[in-house]
Amino acid sequence: MNDRVLPLVSAAVTLLVMLDLLRRRRLREKYAVLWLVVSGFVALFALLPGTLTALSRAVGVKTPVNLLFFSAVLVLLVVCVQLSYEISRLEDETRCLAEELGILRLDVQDIRRAPPAL
Amino acid sequence: MSTRASTLVIVPAFQEEGSVGLVVHALRRVVPEADVLVVDDGSLDDTGGVAERAGARVLTLPYNLGVGGAMRAGFKYALRYGYDAAVQVDADGQHDPEDVRRLLAGLRDSDVVIGARFAGVGSYHVKGPRRWAMVFLARALSRATGVTLTDATSGFRACNRRAMTLFARYYPVEYLGDTVEALLIVARTNLTVSQVPVDMKERTSGRPSAAPFQAAVYLGRAVLALALGLIRKWPSEGIGPLPTEQVVSR
Repeated sequence: MNDRVLPLVSAAVTLLVMLDLLRRRRLREKYAVLWLVVSGFVALFALLPGTLTALSRAVGVKTPVNLLFFSAVLVLLVVCVQLSYEISRLEDETRCLAEELGILRLDVQDIRRAPPAL
Repeated sequence: MSTRASTLVIVPAFQEEGSVGLVVHALRRVVPEADVLVVDDGSLDDTGGVAERAGARVLTLPYNLGVGGAMRAGFKYALRYGYDAAVQVDADGQHDPEDVRRLLAGLRDSDVVIGARFAGVGSYHVKGPRRWAMVFLARALSRATGVTLTDATSGFRACNRRAMTLFARYYPVEYLGDTVEALLIVARTNLTVSQVPVDMKERTSGRPSAAPFQAAVYLGRAVLALALGLIRKWPSEGIGPLPTEQVVSR
């Protein structure tokens, strides 16, 4: 039973933190869903280690823990790519805003200097 | 703003308080028919103030966006205020204002005109690996555009309205992208490009960029810019007016 404490505790903590972040509107759903699914799987494998063994056998992996590591790396890779994508998009958006801001500043300055005749 | 110029000279400037004043003065003297817009790219020195006192309009960006970002802002401004042509002139004084009119004359036959070194005019020389990189780029871009270009990395360019519309949205912001990749976009969107031979002054306050290692990095980034330009998707034939770019009366 002892060997299940660590995975169970980590799954529970992940779930609780995610739910709390969601509750306080600190996390958009699209990110939270991913982490909820991940912690769900961790909890499943912690509670019923047999599922991991069965799954490994089904996909042809001899040592179940290797399947675990492989999927973990894959999930992290996807998350990293997703974050790079989001950052690029955000940079594009902030740059557009900065350009727009510069133009508007010049407009405002013009208006202040020469108020239009009403 | 009562006079209605049709040409906007865009001067992207980052920390150039020492030279931008002279550049603006020279531009206003040599091409008085054009408006001069200095895009102060988040400088920490008095670049904007110096440019303004010299008689330029100054578009101040809140933080540094790089030459590409500064030019995008300039192109957007030009479109919004109904200019028919835009000329990019560097703030470090290496481009001669006397050549601006020759560049503009080239717009009669093409959408983008490049003021090019190594085209038989002038004394600008680069040696060693950096030169090889520049020659390689020039050849690659000549192939892509179908026009003989000798200086792909020149930042001295004129654009007509069609090219400005494209650039206001898609001008590349990565290093070297603003010169190299921009030409690829022009080629891929079926716009036309030509070059006018010009002389350029050597950068007086320049970095000694002829060091082999830096030249290798430069070449690497240039190849990356080229590759990106080749695999990226572009609209097939120019683009229509931007939704937000209604012309505002000046």
